[in-house]
Amino acid sequence: MAEKKKDRNRTIDPAALEVLAKTEGSGIESCYDRYLNMQPQCQYGNTGICCTICIQGPCRITKKASKGICGATSYTIVARNLIRHVLGGTAAHSDHGLHTTLVLKEIAEGHEGDYSITDSDKLKRVAQRMDIPTEGRTDREILKDLVDLALQEFSRIDGTYSKWIEKTVVPQRVEKFLDCNIMPYSIHRTVSESMAQTHMGMDADPVNLVFQALKAALCDYMGMHIATDLSDILFGTPTPVVTEANMGVLEENMVNIALHGHNPVLSEMVVKAARAMTDEAKAAGAEGIKCMGICCTGNEVLMRQGVPPLTNFLSQELAIMTGAVDAMVVDVQCIMPGIQATAECFHTKIITTMTNAKIPGSYYIDFDEAHAFEKAQEIVRVAIAAFKERDKSRVKIPKIKNKVVAGFSLEVLTDLLSSINPDEPIKVVTDAVDSGELAGVALFAGCNNLKVMHDESHFVIATELAKNNVLLVSTGCAAGTFAKLGLLNSDAVEKYAGDGLKAFLNRLNEANKDKMQEKMPLIFHMGSCVDNTRCYDFTNALAKQWNVDVPKVPFVASAPEAMSEKAVSIGSWCVTLGIPVHVGVVPPIPGSPLVDGIALQIAHDVYGGYFMWEEDPHEAAKKLLAALNERTWKLRVHRMAQQKYETETISTTW
Amino acid sequence: MTETGVRSKEWEKSFEEIYEGAVDESNPPLALFQKAYDGAIIATSYAEILLSQAIRRYGPDHPVGYPDTGYYLPVIMNLSGEKVTKLGELVPILNRMRNQIKEELNFYNARLCGESTAYAAEIIEALRYLKGEKLHVDPWTGFLGDPVVRRYGILLVDWTIPGQAVIVGKAKSTEALAKIVSDLQNKGFMIFMAYEVVDQAIEAGLKLGIDFITFTLGNFTQVIHAVNYALRAGLAFGGIAPGLREEQRDYQRRRVRAFVLHFGERDEVQVAAHFAAIFLGFPVLVAEELPADEQIPNWYISHPDYDTLVQVALEVRGIKLKILDIPVPFAVAPAFEGEAIRKKDMYLEFGGGRTPSFELVKMVGENEIEDGKVEVIGPDVDQIEPGSAISGGIYVKIYGRKMQEDFEGVLERRIHDFVNYGEGLWHTGQRNTCWYRVSNDCVAKGFRFRHYGDLLIAKFKDDFPAIVDRVQVTIYTDPKLVEEKLEEAREVYARRDARLAGLTDESVEVFYSCTLCQSFAPNHVCVVTPERLGLCGAVSWLDGKASNEIDPTGPNQPIKKEGVIDEGKGIWTSVNEFVYNNTNRNIEECSMYSFIDRPMTSCGCFECIMAIVPEANGVMITTREHGGMTPCGMNFSTLAGTVGGGIQTPGFMGHGRAFILSKKFIKADGGLARLVWMPKELKDWLGDDLRKSAEAQGLGADFVDKIADETVGTSTEEILPFLEEKGHPALTMEPLM
Repeated sequence: MAEKKKDRNRTIDPAALEVLAKTEGSGIESCYDRYLNMQPQCQYGNTGICCTICIQGPCRITKKASKGICGATSYTIVARNLIRHVLGGTAAHSDHGLHTTLVLKEIAEGHEGDYSITDSDKLKRVAQRMDIPTEGRTDREILKDLVDLALQEFSRIDGTYSKWIEKTVVPQRVEKFLDCNIMPYSIHRTVSESMAQTHMGMDADPVNLVFQALKAALCDYMGMHIATDLSDILFGTPTPVVTEANMGVLEENMVNIALHGHNPVLSEMVVKAARAMTDEAKAAGAEGIKCMGICCTGNEVLMRQGVPPLTNFLSQELAIMTGAVDAMVVDVQCIMPGIQATAECFHTKIITTMTNAKIPGSYYIDFDEAHAFEKAQEIVRVAIAAFKERDKSRVKIPKIKNKVVAGFSLEVLTDLLSSINPDEPIKVVTDAVDSGELAGVALFAGCNNLKVMHDESHFVIATELAKNNVLLVSTGCAAGTFAKLGLLNSDAVEKYAGDGLKAFLNRLNEANKDKMQEKMPLIFHMGSCVDNTRCYDFTNALAKQWNVDVPKVPFVASAPEAMSEKAVSIGSWCVTLGIPVHVGVVPPIPGSPLVDGIALQIAHDVYGGYFMWEEDPHEAAKKLLAALNERTWKLRVHRMAQQKYETETISTTW
Repeated sequence: MTETGVRSKEWEKSFEEIYEGAVDESNPPLALFQKAYDGAIIATSYAEILLSQAIRRYGPDHPVGYPDTGYYLPVIMNLSGEKVTKLGELVPILNRMRNQIKEELNFYNARLCGESTAYAAEIIEALRYLKGEKLHVDPWTGFLGDPVVRRYGILLVDWTIPGQAVIVGKAKSTEALAKIVSDLQNKGFMIFMAYEVVDQAIEAGLKLGIDFITFTLGNFTQVIHAVNYALRAGLAFGGIAPGLREEQRDYQRRRVRAFVLHFGERDEVQVAAHFAAIFLGFPVLVAEELPADEQIPNWYISHPDYDTLVQVALEVRGIKLKILDIPVPFAVAPAFEGEAIRKKDMYLEFGGGRTPSFELVKMVGENEIEDGKVEVIGPDVDQIEPGSAISGGIYVKIYGRKMQEDFEGVLERRIHDFVNYGEGLWHTGQRNTCWYRVSNDCVAKGFRFRHYGDLLIAKFKDDFPAIVDRVQVTIYTDPKLVEEKLEEAREVYARRDARLAGLTDESVEVFYSCTLCQSFAPNHVCVVTPERLGLCGAVSWLDGKASNEIDPTGPNQPIKKEGVIDEGKGIWTSVNEFVYNNTNRNIEECSMYSFIDRPMTSCGCFECIMAIVPEANGVMITTREHGGMTPCGMNFSTLAGTVGGGIQTPGFMGHGRAFILSKKFIKADGGLARLVWMPKELKDWLGDDLRKSAEAQGLGADFVDKIADETVGTSTEEILPFLEEKGHPALTMEPLM
């Protein structure tokens, strides 16, 4: 490990390696270089026992100083820092959700502009789920109620608890949250009360703090779920798409626009504009315009528009170093400020667009939903202009790309399963788990993080689980890895799937010959990181099918290369909602054995979910399999008990 | 009997002294203490969050409590005396417990962390029960009600159950766990399990649940139900006042021979809970390799070797077992006493009113017996079709120099227990109404009829060494011979009945004491007379006589009937003296025939409780089996909480079921004519015998129909019209009070 840390080639992505090799010694810097410069990193911060909440600090816990100046112990410091991480994630996802809601609010109020309701069926489904009447009402009337409710989810002060949670999880979970006083009224209230709670001289109780972190994490879930639901209404529920991924998708003779960030409100419009502006590109000497994605806005336009993924989070600067990116259009989140410096070495234009995410030196276009298409055209024009500046001699595109079959919303998955069992589609999965054909279901989510080898943990764990017949779903930059490295297609099934998983996927292929031109991929890409809610809806459906609470469902989540605060909040709500979560980079928690003990063990007793920290991907795969096996074993034993003791229901213990 | 599980030296010390010297002060196990501290913080903080929220949701006056107990929240009632009934009352209690968690890491503070964690767990669990009484499906038990605590009272007090094993965590394999649990079951232990060991035990197909004294509690804080079970023993049997914390702990340490076996990983809350066990005087054995700074010699022990784990646990806890090796291919232990064999699991049966059957113990002369011989006359198991009902009889000949014909019945009734101890064997009834079943599993293990003989010979000799010298058993399965021997048996039964009928309190010179329960209830004495059996239903006058013969210094001492004070109420000077001297001078006088005036005390194992119903000028009786409400406004558990532990409670009294049929049944208070209410199940159980008793007492056979039961009502308002309509005699008798 120590040896590796001196090596800037901390990736297994061949395209990224090629770019790193070609830019070695060029003086063009990326995060791979900055990571090495940063070593050694502070171990107090790394384990969570550095407190900078007040300016008496920084305080750090050492043998000599077992408490901060105010008397805060390691458990208070770690728990407080943890909440603030979660809040960062919750705020980010929820802001994204709010942005989408506000676009729909305009439509509901009759100011359609460049946006409209694309998926009226989804609107009705969501409305019905939220107890909003749909019978005999226009889409706009329904939407108005739905938008109102969504806005309350952000802003409610008290009286009513979150409806989005209540309506999307099994009732046992809601009761648990009420008992533990972590059921949120709304996102904004929770974020604000949590900030107050973690101010200097406020809460010192580690359990109270951790529970508040979980409450904030549930708000993250709310914000994300709203974002997914409303994005589907606005831009359509994803259906299967076929494309290619990795830097080989860059075109020598086209205007290459990289869409980077998270929110489809911008990227959808840029894709639309680009498709309409081929002539302008041709006039500039290009063969056309090609959009491609980075991070989750890339996933959004992949899922709905089939836009090819260019790369994932960690290699965003490397994409620019190919010399072939004319513009990188960014909205929010996970945009490394370093891209501007990299872009300055090339002709590439970094176009920032959001009032809360600007970078000095970048080309800033103040995106405005009321004039969305016009702004998008303006953006595309900047890219076309940049294309004219492109230095062909410096263009070095790695010839690496892989076929991608994506676009698996839960609606699509359910539809594919219904080809086998039209009455109870989810039973196809539960039966396969019961029979032992599948070992369970695993969600791969999260980011990239240079503390481990880029893409390696995602790749190793996923292929190990596939070999052991785990049904795999994925989102975010984890899905980005799988797209780039060729795991999102049926060749990967042949190469990596165990016999059980193969048989299961083949059954799906057989039953869906007429529906799908492509065979099932090894891993089902379910969307961006806000779309982790699609994956949770899947877990929830499994729980309902088995008629158990989620902690009994053989479903695990893994964030092998977690990096952002959003990953912390997603991981935390997964645990709260009953899922075992592996994190491949130890978060700043072990500095307090007490908080660590809650995260790793005691959370299981209270909520059913729990964390596993494991940096070695092979060990992680073993732990995830063990977690699935534990649940399938218990489910089997509890069924056995139900038969033997002739009880009406299965045990509710987990 | 004399085993106490405590080294005698410690007996003399004040309770806290038992921990002295356990920790090497120069090198204390700080890592372990840190975990206990962290765990106590987590447990109490979590309890606070749940409690505060419950009060927000339901209000401070909302009732809180466990189902089926008269001991409120037993952990709290026992250790600090508070009888919690409302949510709001828990706030100061929990705060007190939060307050005693101290940062300084030492053994004393770690034990207090344990105590606080026990309180926290009790509160967390009690709050769970706000959702309803039935939170678990079988075989998970959750909270164990008082009837369960009392059901095993007898087996506990005579050390048939040699101790309590609390097993938590997850063992390295199902097979390994099964081996350990089976071993403990076969040794007769009462077992509590929590966490994944429960799932492993289910997977292994072990016999689990209340009937097998193997309580599969649940997960997490559900382990507290082992503690609140044990602590109720101190209240129900010990007669130690609630809140006498040191005395209660001392009682636990001395009488409850518990230990904890922990398998697999531990978390902070579990370590804190381990210290709750240590706080009560119970050692913890962790079946994992632990670093030196997480061990305390004799108290917190790392012992990864599964094969010797149980042995070491017994040694540490000071439990010595009497091992009886019976040459049969199935296990023999009290754990299997409650096992039912359903028709579909049954290989064969005899008796039960379907086929002729009998069991007989017959005293014979020295030359009429071949010791140890077992004979099977008729087809053996392998010649019988599965699922058959056959004719069967078991004829036991006994010779002993001190054997008396009076003991035949005493020994014969033990056949019921002995056979039921056999795993896969089932028995009910007696004499020619006995009913035997053998399970398919048992036959698969190699059961043949001779094993009944092997089992009975071993058990009779072991349990009655002073009166049983030689035993011979013949098992008849030939229908003709069964009929023939049944005739002989009937003659013996008739002769015995005639003898028993003549056996009255007036016709004998001595009564017998029973202080068997003093191992758990040090302030209680039963006085057993020919017409009043022990309140547990298990000790008759003849039993007492036989037991005294076996062990002249044992729990059944003769009490000469001398110095009549009140013949009508059954008060004698000699009886009073004995009671006074044997209740630590707590009870000065006691009457045998009244439940109003100085009634006999109770240990806690009573089969029934009678209670005055002033409105009906009569008495009602409820039983351990009847969980429901009764006309006195209390259910069995609540009533039991007021009469146990060796105190006199005029108007309330524990007693045996069969006492109702006695001519001496509350004779001084008006007798059977006072009985106005009883559970239907008890009425059915007494059956014709009750009608005969009523007739014999001149109440007429239809008196039974005048007694109300729960189908009539469970309040005085409901039953009074019925009693009036039926013309119940109690209504017109002279006032009870």
